[in-house]
Amino acid sequence: METVKLKINGIPVEVPKGYTILQAAKQAKIEIPSLCYLKDVNCIGACRVCVVEVKNRRGLIASCVYPAEEGMEVFTNTPKVRASRKTTIELILSTHHKKCLSCVRGNNCELQKLAFDYGVDEDRFKAEEPIYEIDDASPYIVRDNNKCIQCMRCVAACKHQGISVIGPIQRGFKVHVGCAFEKGLGESPCVGCGQCIVSCPVGALNEKSQIDEVWNAISDPEKMVIFYTAPSIRATLGESFGMPIGTNVEGKMVAAIRRLGVDKVFNMDFTADLTILEEANELVERIKRQDTLPMFTSCCPGWVKFVEHYYPEFIPNLSTCKSPQAMFGAVLKSYYAQKYNIDPEKMFVVSVIPCTAKKFEATREELRTFDFDDVDVALTTRELSKMIKGAGVNLADMDEEEFDEPFRTASGGGAIFGATGGVLEAALRTAAVMLDGKFKKIDFKEVRGPETVRTATYEIAGVKINVAVTSGLGNAKEILEKMKKGECNYQMIEVMACPGGCINGGGQPVQSDSVRNYVDLKALRSKALYDCDKANKIRKSDDSPVIKTVYDEYFDAPGKPRAHKILHTSYVKRGKY
Amino acid sequence: MTESSLNTFKGTIAQERELKKVIELHKDMPGALLPVLQEAQGIYGYLPIEVQRMVADGLSVSLSEVYGVATFYSQFSLTPKGEHRISVCLGTACYVKGADKILQALEDKLGIKSGECTPDGLFSIDSCRCVGACGLAPVMMVDDDVYGKMTVEQIDSILDKYINKKGGK
Amino acid sequence: MTLEELNKIKKQKEELVMVRKLVAEQGEKLAKKTGYRKQVLVCGGTGCTSSGSKKVIAALEKAIKANGLEKEVLVVRTGCFGLCALGPIMIVYPEGAFYAQATPEGVERIVKEHLKEGKIVKELLYQKTVHDDGSIISLSETNFYKKQLRVALRNCGVIDPEQIEEYIAMDGYQALAKVLTTMTPDDVIKTLEESGLRGRGGGGFPTGKKWSFAKASKGDQKYVCCNADEGDPGAFMDRSILEGDPQCIIEAMAIAGYTIGASKGFVYIRAEYPIAVQRLQIAIDQARKYGFLGKNIFGSGFDFDIEIRLGAGAFVCGEETALMTSIEGNRGEPRPRPPFPAVKGLFGKPTVLNNVETYANIPQIILKGSKWFASMGTEKSKGTKVFALGGKITNVGLVEIPMGTTLREIVEEIGGGIPNGKKFKAAQTGGPSGGCIPALHIDTPIDYDNLIALGSMMGSGGMIILDEDTCMVDIAKFYLEFTVDESCGKCTSCRIGTRRLLQFLEKITSGKGEMEDLEKIEELANHMTVSSLCALGQTAPNPVLSTMNYFKDEYIAHIKDKTCPAGVCKALMHYEIIPAKCKGCTLCARNCPVNAISGTVKQPHVIDSDKCIKCGLCMKNCKFGAIVTK
Repeated sequence: METVKLKINGIPVEVPKGYTILQAAKQAKIEIPSLCYLKDVNCIGACRVCVVEVKNRRGLIASCVYPAEEGMEVFTNTPKVRASRKTTIELILSTHHKKCLSCVRGNNCELQKLAFDYGVDEDRFKAEEPIYEIDDASPYIVRDNNKCIQCMRCVAACKHQGISVIGPIQRGFKVHVGCAFEKGLGESPCVGCGQCIVSCPVGALNEKSQIDEVWNAISDPEKMVIFYTAPSIRATLGESFGMPIGTNVEGKMVAAIRRLGVDKVFNMDFTADLTILEEANELVERIKRQDTLPMFTSCCPGWVKFVEHYYPEFIPNLSTCKSPQAMFGAVLKSYYAQKYNIDPEKMFVVSVIPCTAKKFEATREELRTFDFDDVDVALTTRELSKMIKGAGVNLADMDEEEFDEPFRTASGGGAIFGATGGVLEAALRTAAVMLDGKFKKIDFKEVRGPETVRTATYEIAGVKINVAVTSGLGNAKEILEKMKKGECNYQMIEVMACPGGCINGGGQPVQSDSVRNYVDLKALRSKALYDCDKANKIRKSDDSPVIKTVYDEYFDAPGKPRAHKILHTSYVKRGKY
Repeated sequence: MTESSLNTFKGTIAQERELKKVIELHKDMPGALLPVLQEAQGIYGYLPIEVQRMVADGLSVSLSEVYGVATFYSQFSLTPKGEHRISVCLGTACYVKGADKILQALEDKLGIKSGECTPDGLFSIDSCRCVGACGLAPVMMVDDDVYGKMTVEQIDSILDKYINKKGGK
Repeated sequence: MTLEELNKIKKQKEELVMVRKLVAEQGEKLAKKTGYRKQVLVCGGTGCTSSGSKKVIAALEKAIKANGLEKEVLVVRTGCFGLCALGPIMIVYPEGAFYAQATPEGVERIVKEHLKEGKIVKELLYQKTVHDDGSIISLSETNFYKKQLRVALRNCGVIDPEQIEEYIAMDGYQALAKVLTTMTPDDVIKTLEESGLRGRGGGGFPTGKKWSFAKASKGDQKYVCCNADEGDPGAFMDRSILEGDPQCIIEAMAIAGYTIGASKGFVYIRAEYPIAVQRLQIAIDQARKYGFLGKNIFGSGFDFDIEIRLGAGAFVCGEETALMTSIEGNRGEPRPRPPFPAVKGLFGKPTVLNNVETYANIPQIILKGSKWFASMGTEKSKGTKVFALGGKITNVGLVEIPMGTTLREIVEEIGGGIPNGKKFKAAQTGGPSGGCIPALHIDTPIDYDNLIALGSMMGSGGMIILDEDTCMVDIAKFYLEFTVDESCGKCTSCRIGTRRLLQFLEKITSGKGEMEDLEKIEELANHMTVSSLCALGQTAPNPVLSTMNYFKDEYIAHIKDKTCPAGVCKALMHYEIIPAKCKGCTLCARNCPVNAISGTVKQPHVIDSDKCIKCGLCMKNCKFGAIVTK
């Protein structure tokens, strides 16, 4: 590999050619502060926080975009550099609504950290500025432009998703981020993935909080409050409590949720398994009947909404299976309510999910099996951590506890739903057996990994099955465009809206740029899930005893009328405007 | 962009056909968005949401990107402008001499508010800051013509000049 | 098109055009040979068009017809002559009679008396071209033109920009032919490097060097761009060249294409320049027809074509990376460099970008050689520079001077001095990116380096002359208002910095300034200079820094004494009636639009400062000089 040698603050460093000064400095153990730069997402050199001095260069240089060059002498900490960064931060603060005490990002705001590190006087360039209206009309994302610092990370994230429903509007000091014609996100073809939120360095973006609704239900003696947590939550919740990234906190999480005063804490891996039974069956049926193929997974609500808005012609390809979140609500308010003789209207069902799109999903009319919503509230990982903290519970201190029965046990296939490729792998494990009872392969490693698109071909019972897995809607868009041109032939495609899958969902704890720029967040988080799968004695969804029980007692078999009525759904053609 | 102007989009089939032709012509040209928006504004006189949607669809870019470009460049207008642009000076001197009454009378007469355009597209009204003709207050401008010491009674005869101009074309 | 064919056209048209270059007897002889006894040149540039040159041309053609002179008199619609303040301008050759502020009525007389009867209509001439004894001074001998040296503007006001053959007559496309048939790309680069030509768009980067970088970059496709997005308020050099001599830009771009290995060019031009756009399009079409654009030019195997892209009203698009982002169809936001355009420019391909005036010099450098060009100008700034002279100056217009001409020569000789006997205070160059040169430095020779040393810059060539009635704080504020409007908003330093700077200036001009604001201004300005992403933000503080440097006392007067020494800042102005002079005629009170003046008849009146809106009507109307500002 070609390298360049340079000096940073007098320290000689050798880095691969193409490295920026910022990356080279990190190698020399010097962290240059930055704000608009976010690895793999945004690299525009706009915020001017990462400026450095370079010998024989005029002015200051944005290290996030400037390539390290042979013989270069860089200085990252001169009086000129410090003064410039300080003034830049002061300027940003002069336009920023400094409601730091109550801000959603109060404890992990990148701007606040910079202001602290540089000892910035927040009022030196104080001025009266116009106030933007807060956009909180959508059921999933709230945007407060008064806190926005125009770093454009959210815009870049949205563009990467192939959507671009938000963008810079106007120019100069009037620049602000918003949807076309200043409409709210809820009126736009936003899919609600929330990647904008986890890219935001400050508190300008957040999920629409439903914490109060949940607390109200908990304190209502009439309500039976049931929580269930999505597979990926166990791998990320610990981050909000200072635990290392990728720590599996399942047992502590269950204990902590119980401390909130909820009545039941269930394991959503169960409905992941249930989804697999229905979805694998649907795939086998589609292959046998020569019905619309490839079949798309439907557990990701961001992806589903994306198809509805942008590729409605592919709606028939979406599996009709409800997502695990929706299935759980439906199972609770039907089977579970009957079995334990509970009035479903008195249940208050709360899912904990890594995702803002699931908040939208919970409001979908098409999901209703009965006259009430299956899921009452969908909480993000962030909201759950806030509730736990608000209840005075320290997750790290908790003794491990187990999920409640009757939905305690689930397969390893259910756990890996939270990582890209997991749904398809779990489906293959079960579908293979449905097609060929003697099929033994469990680990379909070909569909795992960091590549943006993974494809594989398996021959099962004489049938060739081509599969593709991708995450990130920008990548999905490419596959769909190829399909439109008839350039590919798959039987099943798994798509997760968020890059890396649910472990990197828009509802997950926000990791700041100083982490995301240097640590492979997705790999660390998903490893926790694959470890879970490996450690589980039950690997295949169809082997789970809970699954056997619910079919025996209630649903009969995958695809049968009752299963179809309660566990499957339909979609809406939404269009782009 | 006010709601009322959104609602009054009066694009014709002929205009739409023309725009589609422009889009078709530019579709494969790199960097087509700007030239297409310029032509679209030439066709419609402004760039309302309906037009920007057609452009977004035609060039396969998101509406928000189109809007971002349309609001970046000062050449583009999101609101219709009349064939004749009336602007009433609301600077202090004009204001105390009753410019607000002139504006009000114009609005009543043409049936539109400041910032809007008449349904036939002949006139649009805007208010402006001082035009530097305080001695002539109250002042109103139609296109590049300055009318000073305006009275409400004069409005009709001034507007008639422009209405007749149109007839003569 | 071959060289022989080119020379044939040149020969056919040469004499016709030369008539306009010669005067007196030589011209007259030549005129007879061409078949046209007289040629009437009328400016069809934007300036003269706004003053009504279209009507003048129509009247001229009508009168010529009425007098039966169609076969003897040729009417040529040219580009700008430079003296925009005197428009519409009309020159009759071979006499070189310069008629200023022509009207349709005057034209009838000129046709009848001058064209038909051969008697020059002296009272309609530009009076500076008439001797006391009534004889005519050649235009080139007038103060306005005497010190000028027309290289970039050589054809402006001489040829009809819509006739490619007139351009060919003036050596047009000889340079391209020479380059394609006898020179290697390296020869061209060497010639440019030796000529010392530097970019005329503002920065002054050596053109030869720029081309050599783009040539060295590898790429299946490269581009040549022309920056005609002249956005400085008060600058119109590029517009005039495109309106007056569009072919020279096409020729130069083709030379650039050959040199760097590009087959495609873009001209990014302001949509606000409709005449220039139209002429350029006509020129491109004609160049294609004659084979100067297209495939296999001059049989050399070199292909080149040009496309026009219209700017849409964003000053920042004059910045090279923003211009390219805009051509790519996006918001015109600058990109960080590196990568430099020469490596990764338009559509990610190696690109050369020069401004109009730079290109206008190139064909002549090729033809006349680098030594010829380097013989003009100063040590580090070679050649000439075109300035758009404006503000408080008698001869508002377009001038081209050799580098090294002093400001005094421009103001007092070429510009004809300051009107109304006022005193020269400063010259503003470089527009919103530049600064002021105070009277103290009026003898400075104008070149790139001297201007920068004085805290201003060459910029694209706007030169606004300011007199004693100009408030320097107000001027700084005016430019800041402009940059605030025009900042793209991408980087923090410019987006918020310009706004805060402006707010400080507003505070000061409204009488609320504090001394510590000056320190903050300076700190913020210096911050923007080193930290902004692009040149717009880096140079936006220049008007403030430069006025603060030379006219700090004015800032202090605004802050400490709450007065505006030039009497411009309204908030700091008070109208007062001197009781001893007031006759109590009530005229002021009757004219006051806000009833701020009270008093009884024949008694001194009083102005209520709280009500006064400082419109100045009272002062204008007072017949006794009783009203003053303080």
